[in-house]
Amino acid sequence: MNNGWIKTCNADDIEPDDVIRFDHGDRTFAIYRTANGEFYATDGLCTHAQVHLAGGFVMGNLIECPKHNGRFDFTTGQAKGAPVCVDLKTYPVKVETGMVFIQIND
Amino acid sequence: MSVKITRRDYSLVGKDTQLAEELGLASAEWYACPIPRKRLKELMQRRDGPAIRDTLLWFALLGLTGWLGWHFWGTWWCVPAFIVYGVLYCSCSDSRWHECGHRTAFKTTWMNDAVYEMASFMVLRESTPWRWSHTRHHTDTIIVGRDPEIAVPRPPDVWGIILGFFSLKSGPKEYKEILLHCFGRLTAEEKTYIPESEYNRVFWTARIWMLIYAATIAWAVSMRSILPLMLIGLPSFYGAWLLVIFGLTQHAGLAEDVLDHRLNCRTVYMNPVFRFVYWNMNYHLEHHMFPMVPYHALPALHAEMKADTPKPYRSLIEAYREIIPAILRQVKDPAYYVKRELPPSAKPFPGPVPAPQAAR
Repeated sequence: MNNGWIKTCNADDIEPDDVIRFDHGDRTFAIYRTANGEFYATDGLCTHAQVHLAGGFVMGNLIECPKHNGRFDFTTGQAKGAPVCVDLKTYPVKVETGMVFIQIND
Repeated sequence: MSVKITRRDYSLVGKDTQLAEELGLASAEWYACPIPRKRLKELMQRRDGPAIRDTLLWFALLGLTGWLGWHFWGTWWCVPAFIVYGVLYCSCSDSRWHECGHRTAFKTTWMNDAVYEMASFMVLRESTPWRWSHTRHHTDTIIVGRDPEIAVPRPPDVWGIILGFFSLKSGPKEYKEILLHCFGRLTAEEKTYIPESEYNRVFWTARIWMLIYAATIAWAVSMRSILPLMLIGLPSFYGAWLLVIFGLTQHAGLAEDVLDHRLNCRTVYMNPVFRFVYWNMNYHLEHHMFPMVPYHALPALHAEMKADTPKPYRSLIEAYREIIPAILRQVKDPAYYVKRELPPSAKPFPGPVPAPQAAR
């Protein structure tokens, strides 16, 4: 770990327009790759029913929860309407030498 | 030999609510058939085309049958016109309410929301309370004390089911709640699944609905005819029968308090006309397991899951050959339920099938 940055996965492990789950200690995260090849990270569980978002569906900048179809903008964490009302926490992401890092120094 | 009938508490604030929580049945993990992520992503793809086509056809049929009913009012010819209009108005709205509530029918969000609001009014389900009640239904499907949408609590109220064919039980209850919401109040049960941030939306939608009803009644009074109410309001009652016929196939007679949709949902094959009316909700097991898959992709999802799920019912008739005897038996023996059999190719049910209610 360096200044809160932790290595998560290879960039190629995530398909464009998709999301994967990353567990670290007792925490779980969702790491996204957009169709344009940009990477984002949020908390891994939906704020509504604590379901893993990695099982969900990526549509542009939105992640849809697999259980109740609640949607978040994963670039900002903003909840996009019922049944999700509480925003997701987001984390800084960087890609170096083909690896995806997220910063969780809180 | 007489069987002692144990009554369970189907309310969301009673003893079975606490029991479900203690048994780990509330907000639990559910079984999901293994489908490769790549294939699931293909099935989850949203499209506007199919829903726009179906919605335009629905509106056209509503307009045509409504016009025929109006035109032939006072003759017997208006009867078949209003029978079809009522089904399109209310029963068809059930599936539009459902699919657009999940925001999967259209790719475009506002289209889902617009059709959802309209269908909610037509099927007489207040849009915000029912959105949240349906959310809970998906979290805790047929978990007693948690699921607000258990259509046939045990022992079944057969007379209530019959009244349901014309919304004569649910309709008055819904109007009572609309009135309550107009005055800025919610029931104790609603407070368990609707977040406070949504309360104002509930109240204002109820007030708008009341205005629509008041305007329609005023129109009818000015015409000295119930004809306007035959077009707006009453179809939620006289057009509900097909909704009930379809809807009872979803879960009636199947297991309660299980964490596997293969045990508590039915998939029933239907003809293309019924599937248009029901927007493929007959693939109900598939929908519950993967609610992100839009209605137009459910037949393909069904093909993917088939080897891991119980045999689907070949028709409504086959489904009702099971449902009617099961309901009648549950009147006397509420512990009875239909246990679904898995094919040899399927993964076993995770864990034991919970004991029926009488064992509690």
